[in-house]
Amino acid sequence: MDFFAFVKPKNELEGSAEKQQNKPFVPEEMWVKCPNCNTLLLTTDMEENLHVCTHCEHHFRMSAKQRIELLADADSFEEYDAELQSVNLLGFPGYDEKLEKAKKKANESVRCGVCTLESVRTVLCVMDADFMMGSMGTVTGEKITRAFEYATARRLPVIICTVSGGARMQEGILSLMQMAKTSGAVKRHSDAGLLYITVLTDPTTGGVTASFAMEGDIILAEPNSLVAFAGPRVIEQTMRQKLPKDFQTSEFVLQKGFIDAVVPRSALKSTLAKLLRMHGYEEVK
Amino acid sequence: MSNPANNNTYPAYEKVMAARDSAKLTAVDYIKSLFGDSFIELHGDRRFADDKAIVAGLGMLHDTPVTVIGIEKGRNTKERMERNFGQAHPEGYRKALRLMKQAEKFRRPVLCLVDTSGAFPGIGAEERGQGQAIAENLMEMMTLKTPVLTILIGEGGSGGALALAVADEVWMLENAVYSVISPEGCASILWKDSAKAPQAAEALKMTAQDLFELGVIERIIRQPKADDKAMFESLRLLVLRTFEKNAALTDGELIEQRYRRFRKIGTAHIK
Ligand SMILES: [Zn+2]
Repeated sequence: MDFFAFVKPKNELEGSAEKQQNKPFVPEEMWVKCPNCNTLLLTTDMEENLHVCTHCEHHFRMSAKQRIELLADADSFEEYDAELQSVNLLGFPGYDEKLEKAKKKANESVRCGVCTLESVRTVLCVMDADFMMGSMGTVTGEKITRAFEYATARRLPVIICTVSGGARMQEGILSLMQMAKTSGAVKRHSDAGLLYITVLTDPTTGGVTASFAMEGDIILAEPNSLVAFAGPRVIEQTMRQKLPKDFQTSEFVLQKGFIDAVVPRSALKSTLAKLLRMHGYEEVK
Repeated sequence: MSNPANNNTYPAYEKVMAARDSAKLTAVDYIKSLFGDSFIELHGDRRFADDKAIVAGLGMLHDTPVTVIGIEKGRNTKERMERNFGQAHPEGYRKALRLMKQAEKFRRPVLCLVDTSGAFPGIGAEERGQGQAIAENLMEMMTLKTPVLTILIGEGGSGGALALAVADEVWMLENAVYSVISPEGCASILWKDSAKAPQAAEALKMTAQDLFELGVIERIIRQPKADDKAMFESLRLLVLRTFEKNAALTDGELIEQRYRRFRKIGTAHIK
């Protein structure tokens, strides 16, 4: 059966006889090519499969919104601090324009709130690659710190899904300081005997890896995600040699002993729910 | 560099060059000048190796035993190779944490001397968890129940410097710099041109004066010479006075003060 036969061309020009003879026309937004196996997937199929390739299980990147829908029970996510917005506090050249662009794509580099997950109440923070590659600025650090302080005060667990290119260099040293600040908030939550689970997604690098991403009581990662402190390009430049193919993947850091498990997206919510229950967090009515 | 920085246009980059000047004093010089013959070096992380990029041990500041931990770049080519140019591996940060925990046990104050372009970016460092090692230091230092003071004596390069700088107070020498990324790295990522490092150095706000104004450091220290006995004696007294002030606090007060110190940095624009 011709898979795309029912798809109508957008306009007369695109649907010219010549084009139709060579290949069926499909509007670009309707299909996506898997970067891993090169299979052409219908976007709707890929989305229904939790943004995972139906052919090779490649995990596509998800926006914060999509991931909140994946993990939080329907309509249970109450977002906090959504009004906090990054500003160009050092007057860094070009940062205003970058922020303006980023704000069109996503609200911030992280969204934080409280939700139920299989009816268990938890604080949930989800980073968003659509906002300057999830880089950590002062607002990122403040939102995550507040999420831990909120959870500590109410004795709630915290789950963070990380995706980050590292520190936000346009915020200079203030960006670096967020590593210390968030780590302090994690430590207080930990010292209160509360559970913190991190879910590392592709890519988790730099200052986020060297702070809250690696500080979970339990650290999970999605398959084949880049998990690194120094990115592969930086290391290649230093070492002047090609890196092994699976270097710095989640499977690699699992083998080296730095994460607890690699969990496919289809099992992520149920795994998190099990872990929450095993730590005594109960279902709410 | 094809486009050398002009002193008048890019004073921040002049500071970067001064901070990297290999003729200046390194951590072992400061340890010798501050602690004299009392210094006893302690080695190893008890897990993997002894990282020579980090020099650590015990010494006396007048009558007070102190744990001192420095990042050492080396003073000549041979030393620099041995010290990996002051770029520590995870085992270096783990050695530092081991000795900080030991200091906590024996109620000794901790002095950290930071001079690094950054944590080493290499295969072994990644395999042994560079990110995890730094993260653990940040977390554990935040609640270390003994006074901690960090002095940046040269370069303060990103997470590799911060891993020894979660302290009650952070001081900088007048020619030290402290930044989230090197100006060359910043310029090549943002502007695809590492020759624009002088402009990046200005934009990053990485000089002692900048960081003092941003509330990231408490004090700027005059650049000493090795034989400047009077200068080192006043530095010794200043360090001791700071330790004494913080040792007088209860554990709870000390840790709360350290948490608040970092909690408030960069929040002026956040309501
Ligand atoms: Zn595929």
